[in-house]
Amino acid sequence: MKVALFVTCLNDTLYPGTGKAVVRLLRRLGVEVDFPSAQTCCGQMHVNSGYIPEAIPAVEAFVDAFAGYDAVVSPSGSCAASVRHQHEMVARRSGNPSLVRAVEALAPRVYELSEFLVDVLGVVDVGAYFPHRVTLHPTCHSSRLLGVGDRPERLLRAVRGITVVDLPAASECCGFGGTFSLKNPDVSVAMGSDKARHVRESGAEVLVAGDNSCLMHIGGLLTRQRAGIRVMHLAEILAATEAVA
Amino acid sequence: MTTGPMTRTATFLGMPPFPVAARKALADSQLRGNLRDATHTIRTKRARVAGELDDWEQLRVAGAAIKDDVLANLDRYLQELEESLTAAGATVHWARDGAEANQIVVDIARSHGVEEVVKVKSMATVEIELNSALEAAGIAAWETDLAELIVQLGNDLPSHILVPAIHRNRSEVREIFLREMGKAGMAARPDLSDDPADLAGAARRHLREKFLRAKVAVSGANFAVADTGTLVVVESEGNGRMCLTLPEVLISVVGIEKVVPTWTDLEVFLQLLPRSSTGERMNPYTSTWNGVTAGDGPQEVHVVLLDNGRTKVLADELGRQALRCIRCSACLNVCPVYERVGGHVYGSVYPGPIGAILTPMLRGVGTDEATDALPYASSLCGACFEVCPVLIDIPEVLVHLRGKVVDSHRGGVPAALQAAMSAASWTLGRSGRLELVQRLAGLSGRVLGRGGLIGRMPAPLSRWTDARDAPAPPRESFRRWWARTDGGRADPGSPPGTPGKAREQV
Repeated sequence: MKVALFVTCLNDTLYPGTGKAVVRLLRRLGVEVDFPSAQTCCGQMHVNSGYIPEAIPAVEAFVDAFAGYDAVVSPSGSCAASVRHQHEMVARRSGNPSLVRAVEALAPRVYELSEFLVDVLGVVDVGAYFPHRVTLHPTCHSSRLLGVGDRPERLLRAVRGITVVDLPAASECCGFGGTFSLKNPDVSVAMGSDKARHVRESGAEVLVAGDNSCLMHIGGLLTRQRAGIRVMHLAEILAATEAVA
Repeated sequence: MTTGPMTRTATFLGMPPFPVAARKALADSQLRGNLRDATHTIRTKRARVAGELDDWEQLRVAGAAIKDDVLANLDRYLQELEESLTAAGATVHWARDGAEANQIVVDIARSHGVEEVVKVKSMATVEIELNSALEAAGIAAWETDLAELIVQLGNDLPSHILVPAIHRNRSEVREIFLREMGKAGMAARPDLSDDPADLAGAARRHLREKFLRAKVAVSGANFAVADTGTLVVVESEGNGRMCLTLPEVLISVVGIEKVVPTWTDLEVFLQLLPRSSTGERMNPYTSTWNGVTAGDGPQEVHVVLLDNGRTKVLADELGRQALRCIRCSACLNVCPVYERVGGHVYGSVYPGPIGAILTPMLRGVGTDEATDALPYASSLCGACFEVCPVLIDIPEVLVHLRGKVVDSHRGGVPAALQAAMSAASWTLGRSGRLELVQRLAGLSGRVLGRGGLIGRMPAPLSRWTDARDAPAPPRESFRRWWARTDGGRADPGSPPGTPGKAREQV
């Protein structure tokens, strides 16, 4: 099976540690992952802001980069959901039938990390060690658009040394919402502040999620509040082992 | 006692755009407390009673399918409805817009020489601002739904589809009743408490006088059954039924999308609506009537079939699913945005997620800033779609409408966001361009960042950093690391199989 990493533009640019963690994790599980360097972005920022034709180059770049792979794995529920649910609409807007066909063929082979681990590799215990108290923000796009269900939580609970505590009102949106966070900053921050309060109430040392976009928002609030709670991508916890942790 | 019109009826027209209005609403801690308690209570009840039914998902699919059939064959069903209604002794009127509908109602009321009408809770008549039109014609329109009465007496606007006075608490209601009831009819007793039963008692005495006196009633309808010509009103208080049965003349203003083919179809919605709306298995009062019944109830029955932008919505292939809406308000009650800002900031009788798609389609995008802001009043979390009893994919329609808003403003001088989006589109079209931008960002991160974080930045980035720290771009992007280390194989700091450093140190 030829597997490619779709690292996403956000992780590529701001959170390279998450991409490195996915590479280490998959390599440990015996999967050699490629990083096709032609990849850029899923185009979601454009689509969700209403700039739909402007997303066409990103969708074309995505198809160019990944069409030759059996599976594409991404450490972002939101970007995987964009590929699976929005690319076809963008491709239709391009008026290019071959792009539509390419997108239709590729989109079902794109997996969010927890889906890839549980459904494709069939593993729940990835051999990780992380002796800390964590809580999980399920993220709206992972749970509602992709329907990953309890996969992230099962993966977390199988980590040795970990304590997983419940996050109050876990399913509520953190308020990031892409450009929503800039177009409606006051509402976004109000939602995020409630999420940050729930994270503090959970008693966790680390907030975990499958999307660094949500974590950038919640984490930005937590550090501004000097809450002393770290945020980490799920991949980074699953990549951690006893050796140095 | 006065029977004259109330002072000015409040209007949504001219309200500031969502982000501006939201900022003010967020600062109202009483409002946020009221909304949080009320929405969480209803959402919990809804989840419980929807979860009781094994066939809930099939009911949702059926509800959507019935409405889609109605919308695809609306011309046929409306003609059938008109024929059935006429055969049952009702007079059918067609109204292209709110002004036409209002004129029809005013003319009928005037033909009976009345100075007042009683009203059943109705979204359509608030949508067309019927009360203002009646008032201008010297006719008082008395709202008889308890929450609508609170809104009307307070010279206020509804902020929720089901619970229009959700933004008021009981002590505010007591004050409004004490201050305003006497001006509109029977006054509240001066020793009125803020006990809910006491408040309801005051409203009952105040309204009963109006029910017994009124010659003309105005209603909407939740459903209109095409093959029998039956109108249906679903309510909780029984005040609607008073209006539907006591007066001599009944005028119902009904949106053209309210039609359902048969009573068998109605059965689906009578399960979906109360469970989604009030979180009850069944609502206390369901009134149905077929035109005129000799010697029983109103002897003159009018039905005004209202378009007012609905055919425009119907013409939008993706957006037309919004016309399936049965006004249950489940989407409001689960919406994290609505919960924090309330309904007024949406500037429309239809607030919350459904309002954010329905209002721009009914009004048309690209004409005013407030309307164009509505599709952006959502974080696209999808909680609304999850509960919608007729499967309206609200996030999908929001994104679709954002596209229409952007397209409607193309061609002029590009605004800042448009320029940024064009630049980003160019950057993301080729990985080499993205890499160039990342290298520049990495340089800026070294200048701006401290401990991996950036504190406050100037506008427009201050919209982020006023309340949140931002991550400083790392020295090396993932793609540079991959190229430099052969995918980590040649990275002494991070050999395969060992964990990475904590995020702060990356």
